[in-house]
Amino acid sequence: MSIKEDQSRFRNIIKGKIKADLRKYVSQGEMIGKRENEYVKIPLPSIDIPNFRYGPKQKGGVGQGEGKPGEGVGEPGEGEGQAGSEAGQHMLEAEMSVDELAEILGEKLELPKIQPKGSKNIETQKTRYSGIAPVGPEGLRHFKTVYKQALKRYITSGTYDPKDPRIVPIRRDFRYRTFKTVTKPQTKAVIIYMMDVSGSMGDEQKEIVRLESFWINAWLRKHYKGLETRFIIHDAAAKEVDENTFFRTSESGGTLISSAYKLCMEMIQAEYNTDEWNVYPFHFSDGDNWSGEDTRLCVQLLKEFFLPNVNVFCYGQVESKYGSGQFLKDLQKEFPEDDRIITSQIENRDKILDSIKDFLGKGK
Amino acid sequence: MANLTPELEAERKKICAVAKEYGLDFFETIFELITYDQINQFAALGGFPVRYPHWKFGMEYEHLSKSYEYGLSKIYEMVINTDPCYAYLMEGNMMMDQKLVMAHVYGHCDFFKNNIWFSKTNRKMMDQMANHGTRIRRYIDRYGVDVVEAFIDRCLSLENLIDRHSVYSPINPTVKSQTPAADPARDRGFLLKYDREYMRDYINPPEFVAEQRRKMEENAAKQARFPAEPQRDILKFLIDHAPLEDWQVDVLSIIRDEAYYFAPQGMTKTMNEGWASYWHSKIMTQKILTDSEIIDFADHHSGTTHMGPQSYNPYKVGIELMRDIEDRWNKGRFGRDWEECDDVRERKNWDKKTGLGRDKIFEVRKVYNDVTFIDEFLTEDFCVRHKLFVYKFNKRTQAFEIDTRDFKAIKAKLLFQMTNFGQPIIRIEDANFENRGELLMSHLWEGIDLQPDFMNETMKNVYAIWQRPVILTTVMDNEGQLYRYDGHEFKNMKIGPAAPSSDEGQKEDETP
Repeated sequence: MSIKEDQSRFRNIIKGKIKADLRKYVSQGEMIGKRENEYVKIPLPSIDIPNFRYGPKQKGGVGQGEGKPGEGVGEPGEGEGQAGSEAGQHMLEAEMSVDELAEILGEKLELPKIQPKGSKNIETQKTRYSGIAPVGPEGLRHFKTVYKQALKRYITSGTYDPKDPRIVPIRRDFRYRTFKTVTKPQTKAVIIYMMDVSGSMGDEQKEIVRLESFWINAWLRKHYKGLETRFIIHDAAAKEVDENTFFRTSESGGTLISSAYKLCMEMIQAEYNTDEWNVYPFHFSDGDNWSGEDTRLCVQLLKEFFLPNVNVFCYGQVESKYGSGQFLKDLQKEFPEDDRIITSQIENRDKILDSIKDFLGKGK
Repeated sequence: MANLTPELEAERKKICAVAKEYGLDFFETIFELITYDQINQFAALGGFPVRYPHWKFGMEYEHLSKSYEYGLSKIYEMVINTDPCYAYLMEGNMMMDQKLVMAHVYGHCDFFKNNIWFSKTNRKMMDQMANHGTRIRRYIDRYGVDVVEAFIDRCLSLENLIDRHSVYSPINPTVKSQTPAADPARDRGFLLKYDREYMRDYINPPEFVAEQRRKMEENAAKQARFPAEPQRDILKFLIDHAPLEDWQVDVLSIIRDEAYYFAPQGMTKTMNEGWASYWHSKIMTQKILTDSEIIDFADHHSGTTHMGPQSYNPYKVGIELMRDIEDRWNKGRFGRDWEECDDVRERKNWDKKTGLGRDKIFEVRKVYNDVTFIDEFLTEDFCVRHKLFVYKFNKRTQAFEIDTRDFKAIKAKLLFQMTNFGQPIIRIEDANFENRGELLMSHLWEGIDLQPDFMNETMKNVYAIWQRPVILTTVMDNEGQLYRYDGHEFKNMKIGPAAPSSDEGQKEDETP
């Protein structure tokens, strides 16, 4: 069918536009805000074919209902019963799967494909409810539909009594949910994000980390279905948190980076056998560490544990007003030629894209 | 071609017979049973299975498929204005839905065939669309898909710049200027002075006079406006006069043809949906429904005709107005006696048993379009009964709110929305503006500004086709404005206070 060609041309146009403006999209983060599972809504006003038309705000219209002059009526436009002959003026947002976004990112940054380690791929089975049927096990009875069917029967047969609205379903009214089993392959990979949440990391710095981690996730997820993510925050002490807390917590006090590295190491040793798992530790900080001694401890942990065991260790330093940025220099001095550790400096939002290129450009 | 199941075919025959009994008159109507994916495809293509390739159809298809998959919307019905009419039913819908759709479709088909605004549409559009597709594919093969598609984008950007009424008026005979003839008054302007009558031909020999007359004519022609009258069919004007390649002219003509084909559907949306809904309701409730189907029918029907506080639903307004007209003409609530009656009780019980309702709505469906329909039949009683109001955007609260329930305001708003199918009226005033071949267009401002970003982009597209600077006069933020795009940048000049354009439009003296 020719429509499929039209559709793929449309997708290509969208992809082209996103690719052209990728830096803007990456740094603004508006698309991540509108995330629904595997899909992202991307505001794309320029896709519409322009014509001379009325601006929306002065327009107004005619509606129906109760209310006095001055009372609000909500947003106009939505909800006409049937599709009419007018072509849509609705598509100001394009929907794109995270996978496709990763693809675009990969093309734009010319990222090499990742070669996963560990040959064992596990398949998992999942159950998805997909419909309603007149037969099925009692456990899957769909109460609402059954009630509706019974109600219909009562009304059509004239036995419905509004004064005594009891409905008793009979065999014929019963409906059941039906399900399908889907198999999903699982490759094993884990990203462990560590972030410095000491007082010197402000909201802007965290937003940068958030945006960057979204894109890193997108790219790695493309290569590893069922990617796991773990989150560690630290100031002078480290703890594991969930994703929400990770980006919102603000602590104060000193910074001991080694605390996070230790926790991360314990996590890997306990749960992720590095022969099978692809492990990606990412650490974001403003580069301020409490003491040179602690930095030496970090370097030792990196040399002895992380570098031999993980795919790649990534350190991103977010510029902040208060941070000294010393940690980055220390790492660069300590590991000048080692490609198992990648460092990147992120001065501001516009540099996120370059930083992603730094981290993922090695194909590790 | 039809592939209905025997069960559906039996129902179709029944509904068709009932519809004819009621007096509906339609072309042969062919129903096809198709899957939801096919129906989405056809809908994305404006109902035609074969059209020219373009990404906007893909965009529409994707949107429809997504909404369907998420359960947000579902297309029940689609019918094409051709002879024979094609209509599509979706596989897997309830029997009741299928019957309702068939009844609804016969309503539409009757409207297509009999409404005068559809009388000029090409009833073989199915073939025509396929031909358009073939021609555009051929250009794509020759010039490349990117080139052709980019040009189609430009054409589509201008597709609303047509004159929706032009097809119904007889062709204006062009008034040719007479060949140079003797006009003593004018001739005096260039004749050399002569004292004696008998000397005239010596001082001004005939060759000299003819020569002078010719020069005068030429000068007059130079000063004449081009086009002589403002043009609303801007597409036609560009087809005739823009410096385009042959294939581009053909593409632009195709876009224009299709725009004209779809125009009557926009002009009669409310009436057409109202008429079809009136008939599906009548046919279903009186002849077709079984007892067990009545609830599903009521559910479906009320869903279709639901109208919320922020949306105008043509199905709702259409069907209610049709019923109101039928009722009024049945009871004789029309004419001078009715209009002049002030007695509330008398009006309430007014019933002259004229019984003209059915005849009247058949007449209405024949000669009216949405604008004349609302103008003639929307009454104050109706607005009160249906709780209609006008809403507007409040800049202070940044929200839409109820403005008024005044009848005149409601009517004016509805009429305004329907005039020119809710599109701004733009026309070409001068294609040789200031004698530099620049294209001067004016927007007949009637209280609502154009959307500025779209205006700029559209002007770029006009420029790309006209290939000389493009100028638009309009009103923006309560001030008369002139925008000029010369291929590189926009210039903007204020040209005076805002005033709603009279039908005469803005005259040249408004522009600097």
